[in-house]
Amino acid sequence: MTAFDLIRFRDWTDPVPPAEREVASLLPDDDEGHPPVLFVPGREHGAAVFAEHWLPRTAGRGFPAHALTPRPGGDPRARAHDVVQTAASLPRQTVLVGHGSGAAAVARALGRYPARAAVLVAPVLGTPVPGLPMLGGRRRTVPPRPVGAPPVLVVGSPDDKVVSPKALDRAAAAYGGAPLMFPGMGHEMMLEDSWAEPIDAILDWLTKQL
Amino acid sequence: MHDSPDPGDRRDAVCVVGAGASGLTAVKNLRELGFQVDCYERETSVGGAWNWRHDRSPVYAGAHLISSRPLTEFPDFPMPDSWPDYPHHSQVLSYLERYSAHFGLGEHIWFGTEVVSAVPTGDGGWEVTTQSTGGGASRTSRYAALVVANGHNWEPRRPEIPGEFRGRVLHAAAYKDPSLLRGRKVLVVGGGNTGCDIAVDAAQQASRVWHSTRRGYWYAPKYVLGRPADQVADRLLRWRLPVRLRQWLYRRTVALTTGDLTRFGVPAPDHQPYESHPVVTSQLPYYLGHGRITPVPDVRAFDGPAVELADGSRIEPDLVITATGYRPRFEFLAPELLDADEHGRPDLHLHAFARKHPTLVVIGLVQPDSGLFPLAHWQSVAAARWLRLRRTDPARATAVQQKESAKPLAAWSRRRVVKTERHWFEVDHVDYLRSLESLLTEMEPAA
Repeated sequence: MTAFDLIRFRDWTDPVPPAEREVASLLPDDDEGHPPVLFVPGREHGAAVFAEHWLPRTAGRGFPAHALTPRPGGDPRARAHDVVQTAASLPRQTVLVGHGSGAAAVARALGRYPARAAVLVAPVLGTPVPGLPMLGGRRRTVPPRPVGAPPVLVVGSPDDKVVSPKALDRAAAAYGGAPLMFPGMGHEMMLEDSWAEPIDAILDWLTKQL
Repeated sequence: MHDSPDPGDRRDAVCVVGAGASGLTAVKNLRELGFQVDCYERETSVGGAWNWRHDRSPVYAGAHLISSRPLTEFPDFPMPDSWPDYPHHSQVLSYLERYSAHFGLGEHIWFGTEVVSAVPTGDGGWEVTTQSTGGGASRTSRYAALVVANGHNWEPRRPEIPGEFRGRVLHAAAYKDPSLLRGRKVLVVGGGNTGCDIAVDAAQQASRVWHSTRRGYWYAPKYVLGRPADQVADRLLRWRLPVRLRQWLYRRTVALTTGDLTRFGVPAPDHQPYESHPVVTSQLPYYLGHGRITPVPDVRAFDGPAVELADGSRIEPDLVITATGYRPRFEFLAPELLDADEHGRPDLHLHAFARKHPTLVVIGLVQPDSGLFPLAHWQSVAAARWLRLRRTDPARATAVQQKESAKPLAAWSRRRVVKTERHWFEVDHVDYLRSLESLLTEMEPAA
């Protein structure tokens, strides 16, 4: 495949079938013209994982906030399809935020949809190798080149038991940057006591990018 | 907005003509690469041909896509997957409206403004004169580049039929609603997709329907093997089957589905499958089989109440609808800018890039065997990257231009097609996209 992806036989001849997608939304009181933010959880979670802290915080700072539960059991292509379909259904060019294996769905979606910006939180980008434990037992995959060249931020923690600092560096380098680190936090950054720090940093970064 | 002392000098900005599908994707992709864009649209809203409110829209009430959703949508903005395989024209319009809103394109479009002339300034730039559609004072601005996306399905191509006709003759461009056909005797002229659709509308409304075609066509059904036909056809392309084998499979498929239409009096095709623009209709054979549509040969002349046909027979319709297509028109450009021949056929590299004017690009002037939007998208990506390369690395841009201009037509238009005006811009979508891909790759910065 070249850097461009013009010939899409798979999508043309075998389109991903439609599915019901659950989207939790929280809109700010006033429309300040900010782009919508779409959160994508990893396989072990649903949209609810963002509902308690990150969704209200994002809406509180003036961004229309949405969280998607991709179809259950979907393969990586179907999960990325769900992200792109949801993003394209929102009224404005959307910011994609993926957590864990949700970041892999976002990375793949970036090859299809020109996001306004993207954030990969504690990203688990490889595909699991059957029979090996999750940690390290993954095939490295090269994410597609994002269309529309959006700014991409990688966020993580050196103390994450699932994603190593090396993997974070590698993920950030793939997008030409360095990861933004939050020492002392575990993998589930949006559920911890200090949940506010990373989301505030993400929204600060986003505000600077717009 | 203007940072030059002369308010008419838009410096590095690009002028886009038209806010239909091709113009919208041009604006989006130019903006994405950081260009300032002014888009001029003569109507007061987006959508071009797909906006039935527009004067120049050719769509009629029953028009649905003839290419299925995945082969029609812009590659970076999918249509909702809950939509049908073949959306209605009103869904296509709402899709284009959402595309425009989603990417914030409206603020770069000057609605109700028509481009009346575009003249090269000699230094690569363009002087573009615009006027509000209702008349009024004109205004001239300078741009660094001109992207023409004014569509090619709005200027009716009217057949020259000698004689006088006492009934009503209407070009398909003016056909909107099947109520016009109710209870009347109708002759539909033209075997393309529009002619077939109108004949089918007439079969359900009119008291008598004749369908006149000059030649036989391959009428493909919309579904084969339980899938949209274009998706099945692309599977064959994916396997890189040679064209002869694909033609054989096509003939077999038609034999097994639509069947032989010559038994209804339809002329046999005088060409092989894939040698003319695809006609996709499941309903025409159905109404032929129910005797609701009578195939007749070419029209020779009008004679008072009668229409004389090529076989010498005469019919007496109340209404004649000529679905004889459209011709491209660029009234604001001197023909030599597009290297147009005496028939008005432009000669452009990839049907898009003007050969002598590196800052002039036409988007959407292709007739693919798929939806047009993906091709228009990648054309405008290539145009935007080309214009950027000219600015950032002129030496490399020259090298790319030299290499591209040496490529023969057959490099990107391999299809052998029936030699008619209808097929001037016929391309195979896969071959064509491969050529655009090679151009895009050539313009990549050296690793």
